[in-house]
Amino acid sequence: MRDAAMPLDAPPAARGDRRVLPITAHGLMLERAGRRIIDNVSLTVDGHGISVIMGPNGAGKSVLLRLLTGLLSPDAGMVRWAGRRADRARAPSVGLVFQKPVLLRRSALANVRYALRAGSRAERTRRAGEALARAGLAHLAKSPARILSGGEQQRLALARALAPEPEVLLLDEPCANLDPAAAAAIETLIRDARARGTKIVLVTHDVAQAKRLGDDITFIHDGRIVERAPAGGFFDNPASNAGRAYLEGRLLID
Amino acid sequence: MQNFGAAFGDAFRLLGGFDPALMEIILLSLRVSVTAVFISALIGLPLGAILGVSRFRGRAAVLVLLNTLMGLPPVVVGLLVYLMLSNAGPLGPLALLYTPGAMIIAQSILVIPIVAALARQTIEDMHAEYDEQLRILGVGRWGMVATLLWDARYSLLTAMLAGFGRAVAEVGAVLIVGGNINHVTRVMTTAIALETSKGNLALALGLGLVLLLLAIVINAAVMGLRATAARSAHA
Ligand SMILES: Nc1ncnc2c1ncn2[C@@H]1O[C@H](COP(=O)(O)OP(=O)(O)OP(=O)(O)O)[C@@H](O)[C@H]1O
Ligand SMILES: [Mg+2]
Repeated sequence: MRDAAMPLDAPPAARGDRRVLPITAHGLMLERAGRRIIDNVSLTVDGHGISVIMGPNGAGKSVLLRLLTGLLSPDAGMVRWAGRRADRARAPSVGLVFQKPVLLRRSALANVRYALRAGSRAERTRRAGEALARAGLAHLAKSPARILSGGEQQRLALARALAPEPEVLLLDEPCANLDPAAAAAIETLIRDARARGTKIVLVTHDVAQAKRLGDDITFIHDGRIVERAPAGGFFDNPASNAGRAYLEGRLLID
Repeated sequence: MQNFGAAFGDAFRLLGGFDPALMEIILLSLRVSVTAVFISALIGLPLGAILGVSRFRGRAAVLVLLNTLMGLPPVVVGLLVYLMLSNAGPLGPLALLYTPGAMIIAQSILVIPIVAALARQTIEDMHAEYDEQLRILGVGRWGMVATLLWDARYSLLTAMLAGFGRAVAEVGAVLIVGGNINHVTRVMTTAIALETSKGNLALALGLGLVLLLLAIVINAAVMGLRATAARSAHA
């Protein structure tokens, strides 16, 4: 993720019409109940690697992901996927795992198969099975998704988002409430996806995880982007007061 | 007038012996009401689902109307269907009056609002939960309706059972449009009304017991569905 003003490098054209990168946002503004939740945010999601978004509770991280995916329309500004408006045909190229995953009232396997919109049923079943196996959930394929444990549900939601092989994957705190082993399993899935060339945007409050995974950091405070830096730079020497306060675990009163 | 105990004894004998007259009435009742519920599901489920997922001007008024129709008095429905089907009515040429077809139409009109209103509530709640997730997966309006109908299937079956309960137990509508003609349109409820007034308490009681049994079976089925849904975290 970097400044909208910077030049865009052309991503491989292999996906043809389904391409969504770069995702660009210009001057996004969103107001709810008379409050600015997102205030003049411009950014570009492109290239490879893992972009981390950090910021205190209520900063607007989840809302920003909804804007980038087209689930929410901004009151001002615009979002473009590869230069065009977000559209349903390209939705499978943009994966999003919500902060609270929503699983369908079906088996784990059926949940993943549902996300695969193309191909015969047998083909989709096979691919869904593979996606489950990669997430270490093969033994739970037939279980109803909603009786899985919290960590298993989060892994299933990630497996479902990865199955259609999206060009970009947005993750909203995928490891919140997970034990260390489950968090490590999720991080492995994220790294594997990056290795296959998937662009990843990761919202997390876990500084150690951001250091392990992040290539660049975008810090959001009060609906504004206050800092953007390569991962190393941000953690060693945050440029903003808000960023420093966040890393030191202080509440910033301004 | 028989005495009460003797009437009960005769009723059980009729039931135990699968009395042909009794069986004919029961089977016609089931045929009419099951068909009506089937038609109501075909119309009411998609209608409820569409109402559950869409927002348009006047939606609140439509919902008030639908919920009002749920409590429609059967005799009023019977009267309206009668007017439509009578010789002078717009559908008179179909010659459906006093046939099982007329009773199916009347019961469908009674059951459609029940199925649609219950489906609307269920689908609307589930839609609030699923909407963003399905949109992220690129699911369109009709795909969403289909997904919600499938994932809400246990609740929707419950709604259909409620509709069947209302259809099989109502008497006003089928009496007016069916006419309680022996061997043609005589169903359990109209037979009970007639036989009671004639003093043939045994047959009336036998049919009443069957209706009671049906009510028990329906409620047991609803509980069974709930348990199944809960087991697979469908609730
Ligand atoms: N639909 C809405 N109506 C009104 N306010 C909203 C709505 N959605 C979000 N908000 C507000 O916008 C702000 C940002 O919410 P958001 O969920 O993006 O925070 P966040 O940065 O993801 O926080 P967290 O770290 O706790 O997940 C919050 O104050 C929230 O109350
Ligand atoms: Mg959030």
